[in-house]
Amino acid sequence: MFEVRIHGRGGQGVVTAAELLAAAAFAEGRSAQAFPSFGSERTGAPVVAFCRIAERPIRLREPILRPDAVIVQDATLLRQTDVLAGLADGGLVLVNSTRAEAELGLSDHGGRVIVVPASRLAREYLGRPLPNAALLGGFAALCGLISLESVTAAIRARFPGPVAEANTAAAAAAYDLVRAHRKERARA
Amino acid sequence: MLSQIEGSRAVAETVGHCRPQVICAYPISPQTHIVEALSALVKSGRLTACEFVNVESEFAAMSVAIGASAAGARAYTATASQGLLYMAEALYNASGLGLPIVMTVANRAIGAPINIWNDHSDAMSQRDSGWIQLYAEDNQAAADLHVLAFRLAEELSTPVMVCMDGFVLTHAVEAVDVPSQAAVDRFLPAFQPRQVLDPDAPLTIGAMVGPEAFTEVRYLAHTNQLRALARLPELADQFAATFHRDLDALVSPYRCDDASTVVVALGSVLGTLKDTVDGMRTAGMPIGVLGLTAFRPFPAAAIKTAIGAAKRIVVLERAFAAGAGGIVSADLAPVLPADRELYTVVAGLGGRPVTRDSLRETLAAAFAGRLAPLTFLDLDERLLRAAEEVPS
Repeated sequence: MFEVRIHGRGGQGVVTAAELLAAAAFAEGRSAQAFPSFGSERTGAPVVAFCRIAERPIRLREPILRPDAVIVQDATLLRQTDVLAGLADGGLVLVNSTRAEAELGLSDHGGRVIVVPASRLAREYLGRPLPNAALLGGFAALCGLISLESVTAAIRARFPGPVAEANTAAAAAAYDLVRAHRKERARA
Repeated sequence: MLSQIEGSRAVAETVGHCRPQVICAYPISPQTHIVEALSALVKSGRLTACEFVNVESEFAAMSVAIGASAAGARAYTATASQGLLYMAEALYNASGLGLPIVMTVANRAIGAPINIWNDHSDAMSQRDSGWIQLYAEDNQAAADLHVLAFRLAEELSTPVMVCMDGFVLTHAVEAVDVPSQAAVDRFLPAFQPRQVLDPDAPLTIGAMVGPEAFTEVRYLAHTNQLRALARLPELADQFAATFHRDLDALVSPYRCDDASTVVVALGSVLGTLKDTVDGMRTAGMPIGVLGLTAFRPFPAAAIKTAIGAAKRIVVLERAFAAGAGGIVSADLAPVLPADRELYTVVAGLGGRPVTRDSLRETLAAAFAGRLAPLTFLDLDERLLRAAEEVPS
């Protein structure tokens, strides 16, 4: 079982991100479970959503306490919440930011941290700073658990034509960026 | 066909396939997504011959359902928490009048203090309202139980509540095979009401009944509910034949056969319990899980059979009666042979997560003979001390 915790702020589509990730895994014939952790659902307040992916049916209903990967939709959360709480050894961290890992204070996290400018890509492709699609494209490149094609299929199933195409373009761009970033690191 | 779908959406699509004629609803979290999806189905014309009635309260929602059902319509509504309490008076009328209304309860705690999260306090507070209560373990069961509920309700002329854990199930997106329209049509015949309020053929229902017959009315309500105990497994077999998957309509035993300890529970916590029990089995502890789908009527005989020779029964309660203890435990105690030990563990109140770690620790304590008869899972002693220090 692979467990992902997604941190964001109310209005950024945290729950949608978890659902899209689950839909992508489902498209690949896996079992997937996406669920929110609801608190005070105010715009801008920290929100968490979860996604489990497994080869067998998932029965477990507890929140994800020891994630294999964490996606952070808003880097300002790094100062506010312990987004890395319970992260497995060698766990993956994907952060939406235009700043470098070191600037975000994440550099000593063993090279498993990747920063992707998802909001910037979203502005470029969608005209709005909605980072979901780009983050999921980046996530596909980072962990290799789901393919970019499955992410694209999940986006197309969820959104109407032009919106879907803009989002899939953002996802593909983020995918390429993270792939290039990883190759660069492997060389270094 | 399996689809990756939100629990609320799966239930709404399924209810839609049951061809309700009147849906009345008042929104309350975490039930809202269900009736929102149904209203969209009606508005878009996908669900035809159905009137969607927006009402001003839950009391009105149940009252409209009662009127619609008495007039011969298949009626549906959904609620949760304080909304269910606000319906309470009308709930007894629906059951007393023998009206086969089906209602989803998206289980949520009851305030004060206000709390929107999941536990079973709402449905348990209405356990004696004369409604049949079925609890879903996952979203597939939640969808399927609605189809079964309409069939059972109409056969027995009695209302049925389908209880699904708020947020944990209603807001979870997972794979569900939504019962298809064609299959539901094969399983669920058109509603044939026993009696209909009709201005052209006037009759009275719900007239006053005095001391000379009130006991008999209640006795018949009891025997009618008990008929469901025999009927539910039969309907589950028919369901399996029609939909090609199993549905546990009364109880669902898991690894109980050679268990010395059996944990009894209702609802979505069963999945986490099964994972916990698998781990404990690997560690050599003979433990099983018994899920109750039916809570009303209480499936005493099926429970007794499933428990078998297990000497230790632990009831995991998602609600409790202050000043008394476990609600399910109280029903279970008289069912158990005298040589069994009964423990109550109150867990997951107001949305507190029920984790494998805490379950394992508590159930291992039972094996070690260290579990108190009444335990509150993960009780925070620090908070209790802080509460004591508040000046009165």
